[in-house]
Amino acid sequence: MLKKLATGAAFALALTPAAGFAAGGAGHVEDFKFSFEGPFGTYDQNQLQRGLQIYTEVCAACHGLKFVPIRTLSDEGGPGLPEDQVRAYAAENFTVYDPELDDDRPAKPVDHFPANTAAGAPDLSLMAKARAGFHGPYGTGMNQLFKGMGGAEYIASLLDGYTGEEKEEAGTIFYENTAFPGGWISMAPPLSDEQVEFADGHANDVHHMAQDVAAFLMWTAEPKMMARQTAGFVGVLILTVLSVLLYLTNKRLWAPHKGKKIS
Amino acid sequence: MSGIPHDHYEPKTGGEKWLHSRLPIVGLIYDTIMIPTPKNLNWWWIWGIVLAFCLALQIVTGIVLVMHYTPHVDLAFASVEHIMRNVNGGYMLRYLHANGASLFFVAVYIHIFRGLFYGSYKAPREITWIIGMLIYLCMMGTAFMGYVLPWGQMSFWGATVITGLFGAIPFIGEPIQTWLLGGPAVDNATLNRFFSLHYLLPFVIAALVIVHIWAFHTTGNNNPTGVEVRRGSKEEAEKDTLPFWPYFVIKDFLGLAVVLVIFWAIVGFMPNYLGHPDNYIEANPLATPAHIVPEWYFLPFYAILRAFTADVWVVQIASFVTGGIVDAKFFGVLAMFGAIAVMALAPWLDTSRVRSGRYRPMFKWWFYLLVIDFFALMWLGAMPAEEPYASFSLVASAYWFGYFLVILPLLGVIEKPDAIPETIEEDFNAHYGSKSGEATPAE
Repeated sequence: MLKKLATGAAFALALTPAAGFAAGGAGHVEDFKFSFEGPFGTYDQNQLQRGLQIYTEVCAACHGLKFVPIRTLSDEGGPGLPEDQVRAYAAENFTVYDPELDDDRPAKPVDHFPANTAAGAPDLSLMAKARAGFHGPYGTGMNQLFKGMGGAEYIASLLDGYTGEEKEEAGTIFYENTAFPGGWISMAPPLSDEQVEFADGHANDVHHMAQDVAAFLMWTAEPKMMARQTAGFVGVLILTVLSVLLYLTNKRLWAPHKGKKIS
Repeated sequence: MSGIPHDHYEPKTGGEKWLHSRLPIVGLIYDTIMIPTPKNLNWWWIWGIVLAFCLALQIVTGIVLVMHYTPHVDLAFASVEHIMRNVNGGYMLRYLHANGASLFFVAVYIHIFRGLFYGSYKAPREITWIIGMLIYLCMMGTAFMGYVLPWGQMSFWGATVITGLFGAIPFIGEPIQTWLLGGPAVDNATLNRFFSLHYLLPFVIAALVIVHIWAFHTTGNNNPTGVEVRRGSKEEAEKDTLPFWPYFVIKDFLGLAVVLVIFWAIVGFMPNYLGHPDNYIEANPLATPAHIVPEWYFLPFYAILRAFTADVWVVQIASFVTGGIVDAKFFGVLAMFGAIAVMALAPWLDTSRVRSGRYRPMFKWWFYLLVIDFFALMWLGAMPAEEPYASFSLVASAYWFGYFLVILPLLGVIEKPDAIPETIEEDFNAHYGSKSGEATPAE
């Protein structure tokens, strides 16, 4: 057991347990610019919709999103699709098993995106929070305040990080990837240029699509981010005002005992 | 309740007298919040209120979280996601609760080190100190079990490693571990009992907090000079003190509000900063994470646990003397618990007659070194167990024990303390000018 303990921790700084990739064959995470970075960042609705399209046409073949209810696609602070579109989207793209019918039926908005374990691929619902891309400066992770955890950057870097090299090991083909820890990943390059056609004609090279789907996965992992940041801002504001009022009250209360004159 | 002479509650109206002769609860509340408090308390004394706030915050958010959480290995992780996505304000509840634990430990560590510097543990406040240590132990148990509940990868593997510590006890270790887990490994039975205890322990803490407050209301607060409040008469006592309400309530609330600005910013803008990404992966008994790290607040003691490996001579001696019963693994566990035990024994290990570190020229530096040592251990606890960190951990652990077992007893004998003010009033006036208490109050 002590050996196990002994091989345990390997992080850059005590206060930064989030520094998941600080050690051991860490891949290179590129600092993509996202609209949701920083304390006042917001999701780009168009980008989330493009990301949803990429997920649906490409990723969904192997990866599930089992924690995400389809209805949330019309939530505020998300892709914001109209409800009728969400209904159509669910029915067109997914079938779910209904225990009452004892049969498969087209998905409805109340259903979750289906889990998909067919290819042994991990579920993507929380991927953007299950990978930390940033832990600087000096391993403190303070840049999280401005950049977020970096999970989205990690995903984009991974999708954009294939070098084209392949190798075969014990019957499995591995693909070289600059972002993946260890450098070799068993997922074949999923995206290729012009693979997905966007209705608005947005750029569809791998570099751009990687960012769009990464942004979408940040939303699936943290759908309430914008509401949370608003709550954070309002709370900080109120508490600051409260602090000032308490400071003035305290000063006046103690003044006679500290031998000070009150104006 | 207080031994310091002061005004007590006098029931005036008929109704008040009726209640007071049956249940003197108003009097109890009056005496508690009007307790004469040394007027020279500095800002290091606000953390008690922060801690009380943390306990209340954790209990309130926790009770609501429980309404939506499901303690079952197949459902726990999904129920946390349900809280994050579907429950109104659920994401704030959970982030407040998770980060509230960190604030709780920030506050308790500052509170403990304040006590260590100003000698708050010394007679007659040993009971307050011991109760405080029990609260701290309960907090660690509660925090550890709470971290298991989301049933992420770090929850599962943290639980596996920590309960494994009990397995290190010779002879009875393995049965104890099995009994704790409710089976041979961390599983549904473990999750259920941890959930039950995670809900129970905070109320044990609340009860201990009441005893903690009762104890120091009996002895009176310590203060930065370590000089006791004069108790000869009410007039004399009033020169050294001010009532807790409103003076210290307002002051403590100011401190709390400033702390909460920072806390709220973390919850709102970087709520996962202190968490581990692996805990967003559902627990999988078949996949061990690359690195198992405890939460930041356990790291100093985790470093002490790992410091004593089989090649350290004290471990070899212990092993030889006990005929191999105390091996490196068990030694590490003993060292970890011992590190807290020596802290609890500080009232009897510190031989100095002077209470406050302010007037102890040598003690000061050893104390500052202890603070640095604590941070060093925290850093080392997060480092891989390899050189040079292993040696650093050993040195840092040795200093932790050395401070309590060697330095505190010796300093009392060899140190020549500085001049101590006669009274609290003298200290206060030296700081604020001698007009104090005589200026005209506002309006």
